[in-house]
Parts: sequence; structure tokens; C-alpha cells
Amino acid sequence: MSKRYSNEHEWAILDGGIASIGLSAYAVEQLGDITFVELPEIGAEANKDDSIAFIESVKAASDIYTPVGGEVVESNEKLEDTPELLNEAAETTWIFKLKVSDSSEFETLMDEAAYKAYLDTL
Amino acid sequence: MPYTPHTKDDVQKMCAQIGIKDETELFDSIPNELRAKSFDLEEGLSEFEVFENFKSLASQNDTSKVSFLGGGYYDHIIPTAVDALSTRSEFYTAYTPYQAEASQGTLQALYEYQTMICNLTGMEATNASMYDGGTAIAEAALMAVRIGKKRKKIIVDSGVNPIYIKILKTYLAYHELVVITLEVKNDGSDRETLLGLIDDSIAGYIFQNPNFFGSIEDYSEIIKALHDVKALAIMSSYPIALGILKSAGEVDADIYCGDGQSLGNYLGFGGPSFGILACKEKYIRNLPGRIVGITDDREGKRAYVLTLQAREQHIRRDKATSNICSNQNLMALRATIFLALLGKEGFEKLALQNYNKSEYLKAELSKIDAIKIYNQNPTFNEFVISLPISASEFIDKMEEKGFFAGLRLETLFENFENRVLVSTTEKRTKAQIDSFAACVKEIV
Repeated sequence: MSKRYSNEHEWAILDGGIASIGLSAYAVEQLGDITFVELPEIGAEANKDDSIAFIESVKAASDIYTPVGGEVVESNEKLEDTPELLNEAAETTWIFKLKVSDSSEFETLMDEAAYKAYLDTL
Repeated sequence: MPYTPHTKDDVQKMCAQIGIKDETELFDSIPNELRAKSFDLEEGLSEFEVFENFKSLASQNDTSKVSFLGGGYYDHIIPTAVDALSTRSEFYTAYTPYQAEASQGTLQALYEYQTMICNLTGMEATNASMYDGGTAIAEAALMAVRIGKKRKKIIVDSGVNPIYIKILKTYLAYHELVVITLEVKNDGSDRETLLGLIDDSIAGYIFQNPNFFGSIEDYSEIIKALHDVKALAIMSSYPIALGILKSAGEVDADIYCGDGQSLGNYLGFGGPSFGILACKEKYIRNLPGRIVGITDDREGKRAYVLTLQAREQHIRRDKATSNICSNQNLMALRATIFLALLGKEGFEKLALQNYNKSEYLKAELSKIDAIKIYNQNPTFNEFVISLPISASEFIDKMEEKGFFAGLRLETLFENFENRVLVSTTEKRTKAQIDSFAACVKEIV
């Protein structure tokens, strides 16, 4: 099970056709204290790079783009009352899960080393 | 505030500073053919001439008529303290403050406004006001569609003020949603048809209680049916009625809308007024407009701030809840002072007086054989009468006798040629009501 990153700073872990999506530690650090997460609806269909969730912090409000397309099968409801979980553990707190429609999209994402190199260019 | 124009010197200095010859150069990017050749303005008047001009216009007002007009705007007593306090220079601006937190007094007043509106409506959250009752309804419909995600249908009861329905349809014309108008059955909601329409494609149902004809109904069965399919109940009302009727919170409505004119604001040819929009707390992130919150500053002192601003367009851009970034500050302030002066008990008494006087008028008019009361439901402070003569003839004859007798419903509804909406408030005395009834008897 490998972890991949998008250049919008979302991460994805693919496991048996289901991708878990979260935000990178770098993104969360940039956002500051997170105050609200709007989760996608279960059953919603999304294409790669669609904005399907939304996040608010004390500093900004931003869209979350799904790095792979598919059907939303789960949303992390814990984030409704405790959005600060993302500040505590960004890299292990998934926001939603998708049944991936095309796993080759996952393959096009950056691996950890490539993402680290990408961050160095920012 | 005095008008302080720039002198020629000022203008020249400014032009020199930014490197232009004169101010006309600022308009160079507008093609010549698009510029106005002249503005066809008359010569200016002196201050004295302006006063004389307005005095002569004002003298044409007829303030002698006793009004029984309602239908959304009502002739209520406004305590003098409302004018005295709201025109203090610290408060007296029609505008919402743009450097908001620098105006702590204004924010505190709006915070109190929000608290009072929540108490009045039984809702958990409200904004700092909308433009009027109609735009509040339109924004409520948009909220329902956002909350309902894929649901694009809104049902609006034709018992809602027809002017609000027009505003709603104008506002929503370019949104991807369908407005279904549910025609009233006599003077109330057509429950059978409505219950048949409610399914999981409906985002919300908008009703007004008391409705435009003044009729009060129990909507609890409908609200339950809406909630069974996860559709929202949007209740509009005349806020004074909340003094004795069940609040939006008590009937479990999801969003409340109303027009605030009756809370300490003058009739003034239909405005200015303000809109009330309140909701359950779980929908607060879908609520448009400014919201004032309370916090501590770094010295631990109480401070008022604009809060949850990520809903608004200066942060959320095209995904903002609405393009409203202002409020009807002065009108909402007047309502706050009005409500504070009355208090909870005073407000209930005010509502009771409106109801009782209307019931008295209804009883007196019922004694006249030629007059029929159209409403089958109980009413609050207005009701519809059916006349043996045309409504326009009736209104004209009553005006000769010194009354604005009511609203001609044929101007807003089909097949209402002989019907007039009559309203009373606490301002109408028993003598005025008796005299009104006597004149009606004479005319019909």
C-alpha cells in the first residue's frame, strides 16, 4: 500500500480499489488551526481534481480537490465535531474514501520522494 | 455631514501627483461615443430655495386619513425613544460598518439584535439582517437548495405575500431550480395537494403564517411530512404575530423569514425596512450575510467581531453563500431599540391588542348583512371582506369619509374583484373602529 500526493497537497492511499484521501502535513501547516470541514455526500460521483470537500481555518477557506475520480463511499464524520484532528495528525487522518473508477489516475500521482522534492521547489 | 468639495488647487495637486494634466484624463479609457454629452441638469438651487421646494411638496401630503391598510406593511406606534436613540451620531448611518471591529458599539447593538430575533423566532441562529421580507425568503430558498444538495425544487404557498413571491422568482430566475407555486384553497393551504407534492426531490416548502389573507393555520402535520423526506420547512411571518402565536422554533421550522418594518420602522411609502432571516444552528454555515459574534480580546475583555466570514464573498469568492455583504443596519438598530423598549411582556400585550382590535372590527362588520367575512380560518390582525359592490367603489367612498379602508385584492389576485383586505393595529381606537364600521354600513 503506497501513499501518493497531488500538487494540490492532497494525499491518497489505495487499498483494494478504495482510496482514502487526506491533506498533507505541509498543507495543514499552511492553513493553521482548522475550524471546519465540509464533507462530501456519500454516493456522490467525482472526477479527478473536482472540488468535493471544503475546509476552513483561522486563516483561510479552501476547496479540497479529489486526486482520483470515483464514488464517495465514506466521509470521516469525526471531523464534523473535531476538525482539529487534522492539525494533530494530518498524514494519518483521512477525510473521505472513494471507490476508484480508474486506478491509473493513482499511478500518475507523486510518490513520497517526488512530493518532498516538489515541496522544496515551493 | 457637510459636503466638502475639493478646491481647484486640491484637484491640481492630485493630478500633478499622479502625472495627469486634468481629471478628464482619468476617463480616457472610455470611448468618446460612450460618454454622456450633457447631463441635462437644471441650475442649482440655494439652500433656502430647496427648503421652500420641499415644504411645498410636503404640504401636499394628506395625513388626515385613518388607515386600515395592511398586507405586509402596518401602521404601528413607534415610541419616541426609537427616533431619539437611533439618530444619535454614533449610530446614525444607514450603512453597515466596513472596518467592522472598529465600531464596537454598532456591533454590540447588532449582537443584541441577533439575540432578540432568536428569542422572538425560537431559532438558534440569525444574521445581522437582510434587505426586506422578500429577499429574506429568496435567500432562504437558496439555503434550502444548498442544504438539499441535489434537490432543486422549492414549493411556495400562494398564501405568502405575492410581492415576496415576485421577489423570490426574480432572485431565482437564473439559478438552476424550480419554483412550484401551490395555490391556496379559499384562504388557507391546500393540504391535500401539498402532501401529494412532498417527496425527496423537494428542497423546501415556504409558507406564511398568518398568511397574506390574515389566516392562521396549524402547519405541524405538514412540517412533519417535510422532515420525513428531509425537506426543509421555511416559515415566513409578520413578526408582531410571534407575540402570541407559536414561534418558528416551537413548530420545528428550519428557517424563519420576515419583514422588520413593523418593529419600529416607519411606513414611508414602503420602506426602508429590513429582512429577518434565522435558522437552526446546524444550518448556520449556509446562512448568508453578516453575523456578529462575541469573543475576548488579548487583554481578556469582551469584544464583538464579525464571525464565520468564510461564508462570504470576500473570502469564499464564487462559492459564497450570497452576494449580500451588507445589512440594513439602521433599520435593524431601530428594531433592537423597539424590542428593548417593549420587553417580552410588552411585546405579548402589543400582539394581543392587535388581535383583539381586529376581532372587534370583524365582529362589528359581521353584523352588517351585506358584508361576508371571507376567511374560514382564525385570523390575527387582518382579514378579507367580501362586498356587494366593487372593491374600487368601496375604497373610493370610504376615502371620502376619511379612511384608507384596505387593500384591493384584485390588484394582486384573480377573481377577487369584490374583496378587500382590512387590517387593524394597536393604533386604531375603539371610536375609529366604530366609525369605520358605521361608514361601511352606510356605503353597502
